[in-house]
This record gives sequence, structure tokens and C-alpha cells, in this order.
Amino acid sequence: MSEEKIRVLVAKPGLDGHDRGAKVIARALRDAGMEVIYTGLRQTPEMIVEAALQEDVDVIGLSILSGAHMALVPRVLELLRAEGLADVLVLIGGIIPDDDVPALLELGISGVFGPGTNTDDIVRHITATLGARQ
Amino acid sequence: MSRIETLVNGVLDGDRRALARLITRIENRAPDAPAALAALFPHTGRAYIVGITGAPGTGKSTVVNALARTLRAQERTVGIVAVDPTSPFSGGAVLGDRIRMTDLAGDRGVFIRSMANRGSLGGLAAATGDVVRALDAAGFDVVLIETVGAGQSEVDIARTAYTTIVVDAPGLGDDVQAIKAGILEIADILVVNKADRPGAENTVRALRATLELGHRLRSAGHHGPLLDQDDAPPEPALDLWNVPILKTVATERSGLDELAGAIERHRAYLSESGLYEERARQRVQAELATRLREELLARLLDERSPAAVAGVIERILARQLDPGSAVRELLNGT
Repeated sequence: MSEEKIRVLVAKPGLDGHDRGAKVIARALRDAGMEVIYTGLRQTPEMIVEAALQEDVDVIGLSILSGAHMALVPRVLELLRAEGLADVLVLIGGIIPDDDVPALLELGISGVFGPGTNTDDIVRHITATLGARQ
Repeated sequence: MSRIETLVNGVLDGDRRALARLITRIENRAPDAPAALAALFPHTGRAYIVGITGAPGTGKSTVVNALARTLRAQERTVGIVAVDPTSPFSGGAVLGDRIRMTDLAGDRGVFIRSMANRGSLGGLAAATGDVVRALDAAGFDVVLIETVGAGQSEVDIARTAYTTIVVDAPGLGDDVQAIKAGILEIADILVVNKADRPGAENTVRALRATLELGHRLRSAGHHGPLLDQDDAPPEPALDLWNVPILKTVATERSGLDELAGAIERHRAYLSESGLYEERARQRVQAELATRLREELLARLLDERSPAAVAGVIERILARQLDPGSAVRELLNGT
């Protein structure tokens, strides 16, 4: 009877107003059978982590186009740890310069997916990473 | 202490992460969820449960957001369950109700949970009632349930909530829709949201006309088919509640004090008229009937071999057996 679903929070921190990419990802993850909580634009790290806690998600997808990722991402990760949610996978999409990727992965981000990423790759990344844990 | 005991104690202590994790286990029908619900049950029954339903696009989420803020201003804590549909093709879902609820972020007196209906018809998920119990046990004063965008037949909410609010808005093809919509019959309070838009008065008028047509002397038994009872209660109390039609502009929080006031009046009415207890009894009967049906079906299918069931299906397809006789045959195990 038990039926588990992967739950994903898709959020857009920061001040840019373009959520097309985030919506495409939300739909692709839904089509892969996941439950996607879409929280909309201009989310603060505090709002994102609180929503992740209440919704008990396995994955957080952050879409950042504003260039503020090196400020926003460490804050999200710090708050996640403070709430005991360090096991939540955090993925980033949007515009992230290649030079920043190693630093983000070092911080504990599970994957960085820029423009042109095949959504199937994101689905595979999530299912493989979560699957490997069990 | 087992993991599930830890979660139950956490929920009772107001630990939000424990509550979130337990809700997931309830939704997933995890093997240890029934024991957790049994442990929580003695702590339930204190929250006042309000349902918010209505067609897509009427502004249900925004009304929930504004109502929660109004209740918070009255220093009441609020749990919110927002249900959205699961895709029948993939089994996945996009749950977008939080977009309209960002005002409530950062308030520790509010807990919002999005739920996919996971294929359940009727406007709620099968597990919604149990998730509401978890929020109740966690100590929230009010639990607001937002249904999927409902049209005409999604009336489960009336069996779960004490007060049901039906939200309408101008410009949705009012006259015809209002008359068609069976959903109006479950309304304890009607809200015309987006009331600053042209046509709001027409919507109010159409709703009022429909209410008058639909006679308000409904008996308390209208909340659905229930188990037959040998010892039927005496005369059911007549429901003399006058369904108010309120105008709101939820984005500006206008009309919300009136809505919160109407909920309070309905709550007082239910308790003074004796309907509260009567509906509680009906609710238990309906839930028992549903759960028995599920459990008996599962048990029966467990006892019969898949081949036997498949054989019966083949014989029905070949017109050798009618479905009614097939059911009797499966039940008798022949």
C-alpha cells in the first residue's frame, strides 16, 4: 500500500522576475512523477528553507538568474543545516558562471544545471542520488 | 524509543519538522502511520476545521492567505492544507498554492502543507482527513483546507470541515454555473471574491436567487450517504442557517473581518442548534464506511487469487457472467 513520491521545492530566490525556466523544470519533474511545490518569485533564503521544512521535501531546486548565487546559496545551505535539513539535495539552475561551479559544489550543492540542460538529466540526477542513499 | 514514537512526541511538542515528516508518512501510507495516528487521536478534536472550495480562478488560495492573516491578528494559530490535482498520466503534480501565501512566511503560528490528491476524486486526497488530524494534534487552533479547483461534484470537503466556504468570482459564467453547481448546496458561507471587478453585484444576485430556489430548510442529513443505522437518532435537527453571501477583495484583505465573523457565527450556530454533534456523528459514520470499504476490499483481494479475479473479468467480457453475479461469486469464494 505504501506509495512514496519524491517531493521537490522549486523556488526563485533573489530579485529577478523571470520564472520561465523554473516553470519548465517544475513541469518536467511532475512529468517524471514527482510532486513539485512551486513557490514563485522573490523568495528569501528564510522563506525557502521554511517551505522546505513544512513540505518535507527531498530536493530543493533554486533558479538564480540575478548573479547573486554566491550570496544566496551559502545562506540557504546554512539555514538548512540549522533546521536539521542538511540531507535535502540542493540543485541550482539559471545563469551560473563556470568558474563558480566548483565553489558551489564544494559548499554542498548537489548539482548545477545551466541553460540548455536536458531536463531528463536533472530527473536522472535526482533519482540516482536519492536512490543511492537507500 | 522507536522512530515513530519520536515523531509523535515531536508533533505533540510542536516540533515542526516532526510534524512535516509525520505528514509525509501519512500521505505515503507508511506501515507505521496507523500507529502514529492512533497515538495522536486522543489529542485531536480541538481545532476548528474550515473548508474553502470553489472553481479554479476564483482566488481560493488568496482568500486562504488573507483569512489566515486575519485569524493570526486574532492570535489564533493556523494550519493550512492546500490540495492540488495529481497528473493522471505521470502520477506527479505541481502544487502552486504557496505562491499566493508568501505573506504568511516567517510566521511560526502558521504551518502550510501542499498535498497532491494522488488520484482521489471529490476534491481532497484520501489522506487529507488524517493530515488534518495531525495538525489538530499539533495544537493549531484553526485548520483551513483548500480543495482542488472544484466544480460540481467535489463535495468531500463538507464531510471533513465544520464550516464550508464556497468561493465564487465575477465573470465565470455566473447564472448558468450557479444553478448547475451542486457545490452550492454544501456552502455554509458564500464568498464573492474579486468583488471590485465589474459584475460582482450580478454574481451576488445570481447566487442569492439560486439559494432561494434551493430552499434552505435542509435537514442535517444532507452531508452524504451514511451507514444505515438501526437505532436511528430521533428527529434530525432542521438546518435553519441562513447562508450569508459576503464580498471580498482578498488581495487587499477587504471583507476578511466579515468572513472571520461569519465563521464564528456559524460555529456558534452549529453548537447551539445541536448540529455540531450531529454532524460529528455523521462524519464518523461516513469515515467508518469509507475505511471499512477500503479495508474489506483489500482483504478480499488478498484472499482471492489474482487468477480468480482475472478469470471473472474474462467471463464478464465474454458475456458469460454479469458484473453483479460476479461480485457475489467473488464474495462467496466460489
